[in-house]
Amino acid sequence: MLQKRSALLVVSLAFAAGAANAQISDGIVKIGVLNDMSGLYSDISGQGSVFAARQAVADFGAAAKGLKVEVIGADHQNKPDVGSSIARQWYDVDKVDVILDVPTSSVALAVSEVTRDKNKVFLVSGAAASDLTGEKCTPNTIHWTYDTWALANGTGKAMVKTGGNTWFFLTADYAFGHALERDTAAVVEANGGKVLGRVRHPFPGTDFSSFLLQAQASKAKVIGLANAGGDTINSIKQAAEFGIVKGGQQLAGLLMFISDVHALGLQTAQGLVLTEAWYWDMTAANRDFTKKFQAQFPGKFPTMVQAGVYSAVIHYLKAVTALKSDADGKAVVAKMKATPTDDKLFGKGTVRADGRKIHPMYLFEVKKPQESKYAGDYYKLRATIPAAEAFRPIADGHCPLVK
Amino acid sequence: MTEIFGVSTQALFGQLLIGLINGSFYALLSLGLAVIFGLLNIINFAHGAQYMMGAFCGYFLLLKFGIGYWWALALAPLIIGLIGMIIERLMLSRLYQLDHLYGLLLTFGLALIVQGLARNEYGTSGIPYDMPAALTGGQNLGFMFLPNYRAWVIVASLVVCVSTWFVTEKTKLGSYLRAATENPALVQAFGINVPRMITLTYGFGVALAAFAGVMAAPIYQVNPLMGADLIIVVFAVVVIGGMGSIMGSIVTGFALGVIEGLTKVFYPEASNTVVFIVMVVVLLIKPAGLFGTQR
Repeated sequence: MLQKRSALLVVSLAFAAGAANAQISDGIVKIGVLNDMSGLYSDISGQGSVFAARQAVADFGAAAKGLKVEVIGADHQNKPDVGSSIARQWYDVDKVDVILDVPTSSVALAVSEVTRDKNKVFLVSGAAASDLTGEKCTPNTIHWTYDTWALANGTGKAMVKTGGNTWFFLTADYAFGHALERDTAAVVEANGGKVLGRVRHPFPGTDFSSFLLQAQASKAKVIGLANAGGDTINSIKQAAEFGIVKGGQQLAGLLMFISDVHALGLQTAQGLVLTEAWYWDMTAANRDFTKKFQAQFPGKFPTMVQAGVYSAVIHYLKAVTALKSDADGKAVVAKMKATPTDDKLFGKGTVRADGRKIHPMYLFEVKKPQESKYAGDYYKLRATIPAAEAFRPIADGHCPLVK
Repeated sequence: MTEIFGVSTQALFGQLLIGLINGSFYALLSLGLAVIFGLLNIINFAHGAQYMMGAFCGYFLLLKFGIGYWWALALAPLIIGLIGMIIERLMLSRLYQLDHLYGLLLTFGLALIVQGLARNEYGTSGIPYDMPAALTGGQNLGFMFLPNYRAWVIVASLVVCVSTWFVTEKTKLGSYLRAATENPALVQAFGINVPRMITLTYGFGVALAAFAGVMAAPIYQVNPLMGADLIIVVFAVVVIGGMGSIMGSIVTGFALGVIEGLTKVFYPEASNTVVFIVMVVVLLIKPAGLFGTQR
């Protein structure tokens, strides 16, 4: 009798557990921020992205809505194997429900595959390769902040239109660099320009003088830097040293963040044209976020990647609250695509069927030292690229989800 | 224009020169490592961190005391060398009777701590350090534009390398040092303070790293990771040259700079692996390195 009763208890417990599963898995929404915490991309993403995720959870008022949310972070060291094994461990053992950020496109592409296999959610802010919403798109991934196509469409087009019609690329030799070079070359050629050559440098690099010399010899009007972070900083610095800009060639930092401009100083960075999705000094809400950010990271300014993490977490939590479940990754992403986005940092936007988050992009020019009035006053707005034109048309991406 | 494998000879000259410039950093750094290993038998894994500390020291001298590049070039090696000597006295000196591995682990640990602290404080984008006014600008050599600062790097590095070689190989002081390595007890019996000499030698090796750090600051950013990026290549240089061989590390440093430079022209994708390919080949043919002697 006793045995029978305990058997019944076990069965009912099992049912209860099953029912709970359909709601919030293990009672907690667990957010994993996976990025570079120690290498050349850690100023772009790093702990600042973890902060942004926590701030989003607080601003969303998760606790008041009865949602238990936990944010954790890890360092993928820019290595795809490290990144995908952390992702597996997080999904399988630590019960993480969503992975955020993941700069370094090669790592992001690997994590995207793992996320699809485990049916979880992957919200990319740090990585750039447009393949994430192109041929490699999945029903579990949303590409949030920017991508190589948008950068090419911003900076690349602007340079060609102002006379920079011959190009030489300095490309970081991995998925991101290749994607950025490919997308920019397409824009250059579509606008009547010509690509004279390219050199692919190991990632990460330190000395770029040899590559810069090759770029100089090509006589191209524009040297396109298809790299990022510390690589871009060193390329620009050394280009100045070798008199490349003085010699009449222009540099195009195809992917530059405010942290790069900050590190270079305006003296070296002035006049550079760059494309960003977010700038700290554009709205009162952005400045307010920056103030909170600086309480934790004195003297630093949040990047678009970190702001993108904030925006993505808000939208994710909205979808989970509406569904009352975080268990089915595909369902959560579908809900996120069906709902228009709205948060204080990125304003109103949408998520497309291929997983591309849509919002305006901004073409900035780095100010001259004498134009900068206060700390972090680095950019002047050259143009706003409206949301409808900022990202690759959905048909051109060949994402299998769209057909 | 004449061409070699599709690259004009003019461009090739430029690339050779660039290779030599990068080689001078390899030579300076591997020289310090070779001095420390050759005379103390310590594999100094903290060398990269000490190089970075040199650059930061130069930056702080400027920031806090307004001391410019030229004084920093003299002061930073002194300060960082002194720190090195304290480390040797307090920690390394306890490990001499143990296996090499313990010294390696200790210095590697120290390097991780120093780099971690610096990264935590200053991030990874680095801090700009201005070039001294006297060395800005450059010369048009016809086949390339040579920044004055890079020319200075080659000259300074050559002078430091050759004088170090001269002191250790050709002077009485150098002969004491070499003798103390072979048989410390005997040298001590002649009334020479061997422990003090070892401390000073370690300090000198570290000072060389700091000197290279100040030299590098205006070219690269003053960056917490600058040493970590370079140290592996520098170790390969030392291994190729022959562990502990002073001349070996100098010649190999410059030669590998040139080989790497040429790889950057003909097959840039392999430019950060070529040094290790050379290392494998050399170790297969001459396990003690090009200039090393089997002990």
